[in-house]
Amino acid sequence: MRTRRTAAAALAVLALTAVAACGKDGSPGGDSSGPGTSYEVKKNVSITGSPTFDAAKKRGKLIIGAKADQPNLGFEDVASGTRSGFDIEIAKMVAADLGFSDKQVEFKTIPSTNRETAIAGGEVDYYVGTYTINDDRKKQISFAGPYFVAGQDLLVSKDNTAITGPEAVKGKQVCSATGSTSIKRIADQYGAKTTAFDTYSQCVDKLLDGSVDAVTTDDAILKGYAAKYPDKLKVVGKPFSQEPYGIGLNKDDKALRDAINNAIEAHEKNGDWKKAYDATLGKSGANATPPQLVRY
Amino acid sequence: MNVLFTDDNFTLFRDGFLRTVELTALSGLLALVLGVLLAAFRVSPVPPLRIFGTVWVNVLRNTPLVLLFFAVVFGLPKIGVDLGYFTFAVLALGCYTASFVCETVRSGINTVPLGQAEAARSLGMTFAQTLRLVVLPQATRTVVSPTGSILIALTKNSAIAGAFNNAELYGVMKTWNELGYKIFAIFFWIALGYLVITFAISALFRFLENRLAVAR
Amino acid sequence: MSSSVLYDAPGPRARTRNRIIGAVAVIGIAALIWVVVSRLDAHGQFAADMWEPFQYKRTQERLLHGLQDTLTAFGFAAVLSLALGALLAAGRLSDHRPVRWFCAAFVEFFRAMPLVIMIFALYVGIFGDAPLWALVIGLTLYNGSVQAEIFRAGINAVPRGQSEAAYALGLRKTQVMSSVLVPQAFRSMLPAVLSQLVVTLKDTSLGYIITYEELLYVGKLIAGTTSTAEGYPYIPVVLVIAPVYIGLCLALSGLARWIEARGRRSSKGAPPAPAADTGIAPDSGAGTIVVAAAADQ
Repeated sequence: MRTRRTAAAALAVLALTAVAACGKDGSPGGDSSGPGTSYEVKKNVSITGSPTFDAAKKRGKLIIGAKADQPNLGFEDVASGTRSGFDIEIAKMVAADLGFSDKQVEFKTIPSTNRETAIAGGEVDYYVGTYTINDDRKKQISFAGPYFVAGQDLLVSKDNTAITGPEAVKGKQVCSATGSTSIKRIADQYGAKTTAFDTYSQCVDKLLDGSVDAVTTDDAILKGYAAKYPDKLKVVGKPFSQEPYGIGLNKDDKALRDAINNAIEAHEKNGDWKKAYDATLGKSGANATPPQLVRY
Repeated sequence: MNVLFTDDNFTLFRDGFLRTVELTALSGLLALVLGVLLAAFRVSPVPPLRIFGTVWVNVLRNTPLVLLFFAVVFGLPKIGVDLGYFTFAVLALGCYTASFVCETVRSGINTVPLGQAEAARSLGMTFAQTLRLVVLPQATRTVVSPTGSILIALTKNSAIAGAFNNAELYGVMKTWNELGYKIFAIFFWIALGYLVITFAISALFRFLENRLAVAR
Repeated sequence: MSSSVLYDAPGPRARTRNRIIGAVAVIGIAALIWVVVSRLDAHGQFAADMWEPFQYKRTQERLLHGLQDTLTAFGFAAVLSLALGALLAAGRLSDHRPVRWFCAAFVEFFRAMPLVIMIFALYVGIFGDAPLWALVIGLTLYNGSVQAEIFRAGINAVPRGQSEAAYALGLRKTQVMSSVLVPQAFRSMLPAVLSQLVVTLKDTSLGYIITYEELLYVGKLIAGTTSTAEGYPYIPVVLVIAPVYIGLCLALSGLARWIEARGRRSSKGAPPAPAADTGIAPDSGAGTIVVAAAADQ
């Protein structure tokens, strides 16, 4: 009994020291997608009638919801602790126009399933993370933007010649994130068999080991992954939906929504939008232009 | 409360409910068979088997089930075993629960009076015969009630499979939540689903207990 | 009954047979392990870049942070569930029928509810901005109910004569409870209580579902953000995190065994007789049973 106890204690200590000892700084592969620029922070910003903004001002920092595992879009490098990607840049631009510098911004990772909850519950001030604007969601929250228009596409293995578009996935195993619009569409309209996990990385892992035939979601996300595995994966390249990405925020905070829309517009005009795109999603080779804002 | 009666939600709920029942039944069966086998290993005269049983029980009983699910769902395909998510879930749940069954059976064996095994040995029975014909049948009576608790726990644990691509009750809950229904209405129906299953199991085991008590 | 009662001291032939079975088992298990390890290796699961993230200081800090959050949730849940358990147990042993019924219904309901469902509902419905509390309250409701049953079984296992004698001396119910029954029941139910705490500790890992940043959540984040040539390092993460959980749980159950052994050494006279259906027996072999018997994982 004594030996077993000692062994258990030793195991715990070993595990802890293994974790705590000898750490390197920096990050493996030095992955950083993003121009790394900071945007000019506006001073003395005040938005009348926005409880969200007032609360953020009072606590001295802005809490922004984002994704953490989408390379080139919303990505958190755990080893270096930095966030990067197109969505992150958009979030920072808006923050700067609201008067919050990079240091006053705290990003919080929120998975797709919990987005409405997190926004409605005030866990985040606003959310920037491949968030498709639709009426269902507008019942619970509201959207600024769109700041980008993506389209649902398919990610397949490089040597796959059978899947040429959404019409070819009938009866095939297609993976996507639980609760996404993509998974409903590919199942209901195109008759694919679906596999659902809560992150796309899990899907891509399954695609790499061959358990699923394709991963489906917005092309922006897929290109980020394809760029990580240029020898193994490719994006089919026939988008079959329109996914206008918006910034999600509190349903009743019209004042903040207008302010965010103004910020997006300003940065689209001064070229920051383009710069951010080229440094992130643009690396996949595809061009894009900012979409028309929809104010309401 | 009328979540259940709009659109095709009833079909979804029914399928989820049946999937939970299926998961519980199959993994319960696996757990019982494997658990008794492990218990036999742990009391056997062969040291390597004893060690195997001990390690199995201590590792699996102390690992969070979610972690085990990760190991099975993402590990097995890497070693060339791809069985589908339902089978993965049955395996993870069964192997995990087996370690609890094993400990219950082993302690059940401890409650059988010494004289029984001694008598069996003096009749010239081997280890396997002693266990199978004399000790285990008598241990059953004390093992029944705790096994019931274990199976109820298994029912509840089966919800974790919902996070790994199984459309059981937790999966239904998530889907309804995504569709934007009120969480309290959702919770009401899902809770009802689980209560039906767990109460059915308690009733079954109370019945078994009474039967075995009378048979004495 | 010690296991050796189940078989005779092996003679020469039995020894040979046992050795053969043992050798076959060892070879079989070793072969299985070898196949698993080599196939994992063939799939690059031991490649350097799969393990690279763990070498960085920030990653290690994140993991430690995760561990800290795990322990925080566990600490709150442990204290609160013990308190709730005591309250519910007292309620179930109450003389007032409505109180008894209410507590019984409460216990039965929350014992039958999957933790994932509870946590998810609490998170979506009430604690959208505080996943810690959704997790802690979910854990408390469930584990508190189980602890209540353990306490009740422990109290009921004290021989009737004890409380009868106490009542005969003119003690009131509270006094009988606090100075006669609870002290005697305490020792016999301690192992079961601690085993249930092990369950509580393990179940904190479900916090990842509601984005509570405990150990498993951090592990999953590391796995999901490290793209290597062979995919994502889910297996390395499991191999790093599982030993931590196992170590913590073994330490807790080690503590249970230690306290139990100490209690037995210092006890004079016979320990209270176990009630057959509670699964709580004072001998050491049975200490482990209780884990399975009284505790729902």
